Amino acid sequence: MEIVYVYTKKRQEFGRQCNFSDRQAELHVDITPDPSLADNFIERNPVDTGIQCVQEMSEHEINTERFETSVRGINHTEGGWPKDVNPQEVEHVTRYRKKVEKDEMYISAIQQLGTIMEHTIRQNNAIDIYEEYFEDIEVDTVDETPSAKTINVFRDPNEIKRTSTHISWFPDGPRKLAVAYCNLEFQGSTPDTSMESYIWDVENPNKPETVLKPVSPLVCLEYNPKDSHILLGGCYNGQIAYWDTRKGSQPVEMSPIEHSHRDPAYKALWIQSKTGTECFSASSDGQVLWWDIRKMGEPTEKLYLDPTKKQDPTKALGAMALEYEPTMPTKFMVGCEQGSILSCNRKAKTPAEKIVAQYNGHLGPVYSLQRNPFFPKNFLSVGDWKARIWSEDIRESSIMWSRQYKSYLTDGCWSPVRPSVFLVTKMDGTLDVWDIIFKQNDPTLSLQVCDEPLHSLRVQEQGRLIACGSHSGTTTLLELSDGLTTLQRNEKNLVTAMFERETRREKILDSRHREMKLKERSKSSADGAKEEEPEEARLEEEDLYTKAEKEFYSIIEQEKKILEKKQQQGDDTDKADTGKQSPIAEGDEEEKTNGNPESEQKKD
Amino acid sequence: MAEVEETFKRIQAHKGVIGVIVVNSEGIPIRSTLDNSTTVQYAGLISQLAAKARSTVRDIDPGNDLTFLRIRSKKHEIMVAPDKEYLLICIQSPHD
Repeated sequence: MEIVYVYTKKRQEFGRQCNFSDRQAELHVDITPDPSLADNFIERNPVDTGIQCVQEMSEHEINTERFETSVRGINHTEGGWPKDVNPQEVEHVTRYRKKVEKDEMYISAIQQLGTIMEHTIRQNNAIDIYEEYFEDIEVDTVDETPSAKTINVFRDPNEIKRTSTHISWFPDGPRKLAVAYCNLEFQGSTPDTSMESYIWDVENPNKPETVLKPVSPLVCLEYNPKDSHILLGGCYNGQIAYWDTRKGSQPVEMSPIEHSHRDPAYKALWIQSKTGTECFSASSDGQVLWWDIRKMGEPTEKLYLDPTKKQDPTKALGAMALEYEPTMPTKFMVGCEQGSILSCNRKAKTPAEKIVAQYNGHLGPVYSLQRNPFFPKNFLSVGDWKARIWSEDIRESSIMWSRQYKSYLTDGCWSPVRPSVFLVTKMDGTLDVWDIIFKQNDPTLSLQVCDEPLHSLRVQEQGRLIACGSHSGTTTLLELSDGLTTLQRNEKNLVTAMFERETRREKILDSRHREMKLKERSKSSADGAKEEEPEEARLEEEDLYTKAEKEFYSIIEQEKKILEKKQQQGDDTDKADTGKQSPIAEGDEEEKTNGNPESEQKKD
Repeated sequence: MAEVEETFKRIQAHKGVIGVIVVNSEGIPIRSTLDNSTTVQYAGLISQLAAKARSTVRDIDPGNDLTFLRIRSKKHEIMVAPDKEYLLICIQSPHD
């Protein structure tokens, strides 16, 4: 029921001043209570209502603002000189000094102090009290548990956080760190997302030392190992750019869009060359392109990752990881999105021969590939839920692998100082350090670095410092304990022995497998069916199916016949026997037919 | 004067001695075998440290006094011989 009061006012009276006047109260609406409405309601007695009689409190979290520190020097100037002596004037100073030296007290003091001093000097020269007596003896295997300490954390200074996708250490010592930031989710970046990548000074986590401003966010970033001012970056839009830190934050040159990759350039690496300006890049569009940074107008060479060796771009596998060892300049390896690893030779005569071998093993994209720095024939690949170690010679499968993890592995690398240690990062934010001569089934050290997925990992050349980058751009710097960074006794021999043993095992398994295949093939050819090799595998499978079906049906038929026979017998003897026998017999028959057809075959 | 010179020469002649400085109670370097900037730095810093060391020793036991101060670092040893008014500082590098 709406109560409305209407009044009118003439248009010409709008805006006039108000003339207030007093008058009696007027009754406009009088609504009397209607008892009949009470029938719509039921009285409730007693009424139960909850009341809270407690102090109202609220909880607030405050995080104090980060304290920014900076290091500055202070200028000390000379002081203490008496008023009449000006320390800058050489004459004043020498005059003052000569005056002091003529003082009697000075002479006697110096003589006394001189004697004491000489005594101590002679003492020092007599015996070196801090001499190392047992320097030559090597420290025995350290028993301390391996550990790692967080030294520093570098956060993405922008409001909108991006993933740190790639980390590269400064080639001349652990002073600087170049980190590439990019939001890898498809169309996940808003227009406000910054495209910058940073070079951090290890001592200063507050502000990056240098800012790199590409046209499109960088997916990978590498320092040139020969020239520490030059950096190479692969962009999200497929272009390749290079920077010179002496020339500012804009790239010196970028590859043109027409000749670049059509997908993000996931990895770009420098090549060993006389000029130190050559590099190559790979992307999930299936191409590997070689560039010379002096002339970025066009790639110097192109290769399609086509495993059928026909250089067919439509069949090319997308690349996610690249591996290059400067000691083997013509060979390189590519890890693909489909889970296979291709080993390639750049100097092959025909493009078809460029892809030397293919290693299949992973179920998902191979995110990281690296050769063992001490044993280049063995390499580590990281992808899906396992980390695998391969030997170049064995193509069928990896020689060693870690157990199946619960979360996806994102990056991995070997330790540059110990041949048996490698590290992997996972989607649940943990960093695992594996030492294969210590424990093969479990990682030696497992650290929860942060709560969000870790995407990139890099060990510094000296082997102590590790940088890992997470989903929201937080790069953490860790230092490993001594146990994981000092070469143990016999380590190289043990690792060599282990790799050889595993390689041999795989070889034996492989040859056994081949033998079995050969036997089957010879058997099927002896039966009279001569088939071509590629179809054989398929036909074998079909054969198996039909064989199994036939067996099954023949057994059913046999059982049916037995049943019928028994039923006939049962009918004849029914009058004498109890009715139970036939149902039990039927039950037995049924049970038998449910069993393995092979076992039935044996019975028959 | 000659004895002072002789003392200095003797100290300097010892094996491993890098430099000798004489500082007065106000921290002014009177005599030094090193260059000016290094001398000034040593004079300022060491005289403060020696004063602190002396006050520490005397605080613990008022009857005691500082006779000698040795600072051994990775690269060399700084030896300080205090007196009522002057300070003799000598820098010596180790055995090897």
